[in-house]
Amino acid sequence: MSQHPTQSDEQGAVDPNLPPDPSRRFWVASACTLGGVAGVATAVPFVGSFAPSEKAKAAGAPVEADISGLAEGQMMTVEWRGKPVWIVRRTKAEVDALSKHDAELADPNSDRPGFTPEWAKNEYRSRKPEYFVCIGICTHLGCSPTAHFQTGAQPGLPSDWPGGWLCPCHGSTFDLAGRVFANKPAPDNLEIPPYVFSADGTRITIGVDEDNKA
Amino acid sequence: MADKNVETTGLLGWVDHRFPLTKMFKEHMSEYYAPKNFNFWYFFGSLALLVLVIQVVTGIFLVMNYKPDARFAFESVEYIMREVPGGWFIRYMHSTGASMFFVVVYLHMLRGLFYGSYRKPRELVWIFGVGIFLCLMGEAFFGYLLPWGQMSYWGAQVIVNLFSAIPFIGPELSLWIRGDYVVSDATLNRFFAFHVIAIPLVLIGLVVAHIIALHEVGSNNPDGVEIKQGPKDKYGRPVDGIPFHPYYSVHDVVGVAGFLIVFAAIIFFGPEMGGYFLEYNNFLPADPLKTPPHIAPVWYFTPFYTMLRATTSDFTWVMAAGALLAAVLLFAKGRLSGIWRLAVPGILVLVAILMKVLDAKFWGVVSMGGAVVILFFLPWLDHSPVKSIRYRPNWHKVLYAIFIIDFLILGWLGTQPVSPAYTVLGQIGTVIYLAFFLAMPVWSRLGTFKPVPERVTFRAH
Repeated sequence: MSQHPTQSDEQGAVDPNLPPDPSRRFWVASACTLGGVAGVATAVPFVGSFAPSEKAKAAGAPVEADISGLAEGQMMTVEWRGKPVWIVRRTKAEVDALSKHDAELADPNSDRPGFTPEWAKNEYRSRKPEYFVCIGICTHLGCSPTAHFQTGAQPGLPSDWPGGWLCPCHGSTFDLAGRVFANKPAPDNLEIPPYVFSADGTRITIGVDEDNKA
Repeated sequence: MADKNVETTGLLGWVDHRFPLTKMFKEHMSEYYAPKNFNFWYFFGSLALLVLVIQVVTGIFLVMNYKPDARFAFESVEYIMREVPGGWFIRYMHSTGASMFFVVVYLHMLRGLFYGSYRKPRELVWIFGVGIFLCLMGEAFFGYLLPWGQMSYWGAQVIVNLFSAIPFIGPELSLWIRGDYVVSDATLNRFFAFHVIAIPLVLIGLVVAHIIALHEVGSNNPDGVEIKQGPKDKYGRPVDGIPFHPYYSVHDVVGVAGFLIVFAAIIFFGPEMGGYFLEYNNFLPADPLKTPPHIAPVWYFTPFYTMLRATTSDFTWVMAAGALLAAVLLFAKGRLSGIWRLAVPGILVLVAILMKVLDAKFWGVVSMGGAVVILFFLPWLDHSPVKSIRYRPNWHKVLYAIFIIDFLILGWLGTQPVSPAYTVLGQIGTVIYLAFFLAMPVWSRLGTFKPVPERVTFRAH
């Protein structure tokens, strides 16, 4: 202390109640702004680390399903990108019934964007009327609906039930073309993935379209 | 150090010269004066702290054997249950503790509601408290994924997809939260990080803030009388206050004993609580291809879950009508001044229009989130001239009773499968819940209030 007498004597003491020094305001603001920019810039990689990793992105390879053993009225499930994909072989009666309840559906012609490719915008929402392929994830909050193919009244379903799926989570119902019934929590029809049939029609490759793009 | 006034000597004196140990003990314990008329309802604050300690300690020990990996998570929980010595006990303490945390916190919040403990000057105590409640919900949600059972998996799938309902950014946002196109190992790992590090840190910080804010303004009491404004003794202490330590510290030990009897009984005799504390479907490993036939969240989330399910596109007509009605009433009769008189009804009209423009899915998420967020505004929604329910008109008590019954019914409905009748019941319940809070500025000032005493009512015993 004795080396710096001027710092501790009466004259050197600073009044603690001095008003803020306006000449320093610019530098205080600049330092805070630049520090803030640096802070936000540092946050970018942290926020970015939450996005799907390269490994997760690469896991979306197409899968092939053998449908030669699928009987009429039956459904099989295959896993594509971690999601269940359903393949249903509809009966003639089931296909014919699809056009009879359009009035009860929220989006009978699949006009809402994002869930139905152009080639599936038909009454059957499929490439072939007999085979229906869709992602078995409810468009409400992502549960996997359960199949209720038997028609008519049953617990949790209306008495004129045409056959389809019921989501156990929030009660959304879908017909056998994956079209959502009106006034249910789910806003959209079930998503149709890209898929192609093999030349002999016994296999379906899910994840590619006719131009072989995922 | 000579200038510091320290009364203690010896080791404590040595510490006190360097750290305000005795000072803090006095401030928060032996010289913190709490109203002398606390009743049964005042046990739940200290019990919440006890459960927090139980959760932290059991959590640390669970992490020693748990593996946050989608391939091993389910197995490692079963390993804890069957092969780690005492592992079942630690795990059941943790799972029962989660449910009991909500029991205790719901009762603690109800106490605040009854006695107006959120009113000026305790707004921040309440806001920190609601923050703690949000953290708890986060802890419970993130923690529930970790056992990687069917309910863990599909519960997380549903809640993460809630975010996809937000217009424009929703789908990208839920992808970002999951870190994958479906709930997967990446999701499990980050939820683990949130559950064991991030949220507990915030939670403990908020608990400290909650207690500091409480001790700054002083505790409320069943009469809603400010003891600091009442008479003081010759030492300047409020005569209606008693030192927290030893009076309430010892008093709370009784509450702790009672709580531990219940807690132990659940752990030893019914840790699953009939499927309410631990859902049966969660004893099946997660299967990304198959949703269990009946999925429901754990009981403490079910009231809010019912509100989510109740919001169908028909119901948004009701909500739009409600918003319009509120806009008209506020414009005609509201006490808002200046720009707010036009702006608030204007915003409500806009909301009414958006009700029909945006998907019902989005509004379901809004009503579910809003049901929690609205609690933050409670200090400014309640306009009653008295704090405590004791001095409110009797029909206010009826409203509280309706609200409590409504909350319980909403909770019960959330555990049930959907049916048309239950959906309507859930919609009525949602309207009652929201109306209770949104109409509070009106109903809370109506009626004949009883005179509030000068001092707390207390009979020595």
